[in-house]
Amino acid sequence: MTTATARISRSGRSAATPSKSAKSRERALAWARRAPLLPALIFLIVVTQLPFVVTLIISFLNWNSLSPDKTAFAGLENYVTVLTDPDLRQAIFTTILLTVSVVLVSLLVGLGLALLLDKKFVGRGLARTLLIAPFLVVPVAAALIWKHALLNPTYGLINGILTWVWSLFGSAAAPQLDLLSQAPMMAVIVSLVWQWTPFMMLILLAGLQSRPMDTVEAAQMDGATPWAIFRHLTLPHLRQYLELGGLLGAIYIVQNFDAVFTLTAGGLGTANLPYAIYQTFYFANEYGLASAAGVVVVIGTIIVATFALRTVFSLFKKEAAR
Amino acid sequence: MSTLTPAAPRNTGSARSGSATALNGGRPPRRGKTRMDPTRNNTAAGLAAWLLALLFAAPVVWMILTSFHSETDAATNPPSIAANLTLDAYREFFGETSGVSPWPALINSATASILSTVLVLVLAIPAAYALSIRPVKKWTDVMFFFLSTKMMPVVAAILPLYLFARTVGALDNIWFLILMYTSMNLPIAVWMMRSFLAEVPVEMLEAAQIDGANLLLTLRKIIAPVAMPGIAATALICFIFSWNELLLARVLTGVVAGTAPVFLTGFVSGQGLFLAKVCAAAVVISLPVLFAGFAAQDKLVQGLSLGAVK
Repeated sequence: MTTATARISRSGRSAATPSKSAKSRERALAWARRAPLLPALIFLIVVTQLPFVVTLIISFLNWNSLSPDKTAFAGLENYVTVLTDPDLRQAIFTTILLTVSVVLVSLLVGLGLALLLDKKFVGRGLARTLLIAPFLVVPVAAALIWKHALLNPTYGLINGILTWVWSLFGSAAAPQLDLLSQAPMMAVIVSLVWQWTPFMMLILLAGLQSRPMDTVEAAQMDGATPWAIFRHLTLPHLRQYLELGGLLGAIYIVQNFDAVFTLTAGGLGTANLPYAIYQTFYFANEYGLASAAGVVVVIGTIIVATFALRTVFSLFKKEAAR
Repeated sequence: MSTLTPAAPRNTGSARSGSATALNGGRPPRRGKTRMDPTRNNTAAGLAAWLLALLFAAPVVWMILTSFHSETDAATNPPSIAANLTLDAYREFFGETSGVSPWPALINSATASILSTVLVLVLAIPAAYALSIRPVKKWTDVMFFFLSTKMMPVVAAILPLYLFARTVGALDNIWFLILMYTSMNLPIAVWMMRSFLAEVPVEMLEAAQIDGANLLLTLRKIIAPVAMPGIAATALICFIFSWNELLLARVLTGVVAGTAPVFLTGFVSGQGLFLAKVCAAAVVISLPVLFAGFAAQDKLVQGLSLGAVK
């Protein structure tokens, strides 16, 4: 080791890009390079790509496992149903509403928290740890806690606090919330925002801490207001981190099943596409229809993913070009 | 937005404070335009941060506190914060009266999470090696193929997987679930591991090659020391995702191979008082994730952002 480090070559990171000599080497060497990659690649193709191809095929079939003799080619019939059936159309709308609102709110709150945590104060490390805690509760458990311990209209903590605060002022008629039955969508959104804000905060905090300080200090010296510094220096720098957080969050929240399943069981207009698809194939046994809905989700995700890939790529290119 | 207004000079973290001081050296002291006292601003920011931190942690704290209350104390309005503490809810959760033990579900979860994580590492580390240290041609394309599989929602592939499992008799089999979790986490792990392996100094690898060190020695002496924290963080994050998973477990398992989240969803009977018991269950099931998460805290961002953010 000591001799190895003593003879450090100064050639830089030539190994990061295929050099000219690689071309002249034998094909066997190229395969030797590929070999470590192949198990992972083949495994993933078999377990994720093949099933999706099958989903694609089933989506063109009229297939209900309860009446298997009626299985037949259906053409685009299932897709027409997905886009016209009121329940499934509602599920598409719910998925969009849920994803957009959770991502936007948790990004905004996460940004506020990241800006606060970027300053030095007593117990910053502990405050950061406390803020991460919601992300580290098992999602099903978190949904159960929100449903029973926090939002329950009779003995949940939120109504309990309202009663307690009003009783401090001698009132016995405290307003009581019943989010689960009056605004179930809100209940799902609130619990998901609570879980995902720490995720956004962590990414944005990392972004803030990678900010080049010399320009900020130069701006301060020139008498720039804090708002101007935020608007013209911090925000442009944070942009790609905001995009990254938003798009990664969107990919996870589009697929959310746990919160909808546990909090509302898809009732009262809260069934998103993953939940509706689960219902369609698991209980209604409509295999063709469920597959078509699955394909619709993939198309939607591809649209979002195109933007996501571009963002991830811009961060990634910088690193790859080191 | 008032938190944005303070004109406080940036108090940099310890990592950057060195360069910040160096930059400031030899220059006149910084003047905030609004002449506000920087320490007071930080106190305000600190107070706001602490308030929000407590607000965000409150449901977790309440969950833990309620789990140590009796059922009657748990179901009061206004809440009885100072009620007597008891382990009754935990005894109930572990099936003292119902006789239904959560242990099989917890063991299934542990088995599925740990074994799938091991499989993920076995597949991801060589792959990441071929994408960073000795990269294949067009390695960026391969990276994006891995990422794109993660973007395909589970619901789009779950029906064929379910039908396949039913046909070959793999329904309610923990090994099938392990394979599913492996495929679920493999793309994340490849991205994470690549970003960690990319930190191995190339100069040292080249020097070792010149010295005639073989692959095993290079792996052990040069790559492992740099990559070990990364491997640990990758493992912890994969463990968390597997432990948390509900949809696949719900569809592919039943009474035999059911995992802890599945157990939890079937746990609330709706009869009688069960709030303390639910809280105890949530605490027990979240404990491994809390430990794993705090253990990986330093690398959590890098992992969750697939290595895009350091």
